[in-house]
Amino acid sequence: MSVAILREGDYLIAAILSDLTDKEVLELRGELTELVGRYRSRGLVIDVSALDVIDSFVARALRAIVLTVRLRGAQTVIVGIQPDVAIALVQFRLNLGPLRVALDLDAARTLLDQLTEGEAEDGR
Amino acid sequence: MADEVRVVIADDADLVTARAEARAMAERLGFPRPDPTLIATAISEIARNIVVHSGGGEIVLEPFEDANRYGLIVIATDKGPGIRDVEAALRDDYSGRGGLGLGLPGARRLMDEFDLVSDAETGTTVTMKKWRYRDELARLREERGRRA
Repeated sequence: MSVAILREGDYLIAAILSDLTDKEVLELRGELTELVGRYRSRGLVIDVSALDVIDSFVARALRAIVLTVRLRGAQTVIVGIQPDVAIALVQFRLNLGPLRVALDLDAARTLLDQLTEGEAEDGR
Repeated sequence: MADEVRVVIADDADLVTARAEARAMAERLGFPRPDPTLIATAISEIARNIVVHSGGGEIVLEPFEDANRYGLIVIATDKGPGIRDVEAALRDDYSGRGGLGLGLPGARRLMDEFDLVSDAETGTTVTMKKWRYRDELARLREERGRRA
């Protein structure tokens, strides 16, 4: 699959490296849900900067990933939405609902630090 | 001028091809940003409808130009069961199958012209166009010509 998944401390970073098929998008959800549990990640960053199309299917899939990994104890931040993609999303009127977004990895890390602050310090 | 491009749509991997071909043609024709992305996104939606609702079809990308404009025509056809209520399918709150949503209203908003013909016998044909005036002066001249 063309997604690189890296661990950085409490956070998991999933960088999408190229356009994905629908099947790959769905597989990503299962894989990230699994990995968030295995690594006890408290935060997940999904880098979508390589996606030059985010259509309704991908938007829904991202939303599903966010909700699913939340149930596994991790917060998600989406980074790297391309300018043209942002315009398309607005013109399409796609509702990104509960998605939290940041411009880049640094901003995502800061946001995740805030989101996970005060959460139980790993009582596992 | 580039020739038409035909993409057979049979499964989800073909969506990747359709998106890439649409973007390539839009860029070749000279569409400025963000148009290639808008076009590729609209085509992605239409192509997915073909895969999910009909099982197969094709998308033809056709460049066009006249004195003042250039553009891209997308013709998507399938031999599926057709869309029972076309008007409803183009409404924002409509969801065709299992909450999946057809994405048609969104695709329509990304393009300049959008036309959908569907019946149970022949399937569904979506025709979409995106076009641009070569320059703003040409557009103004044309408008003035029409008014005169």
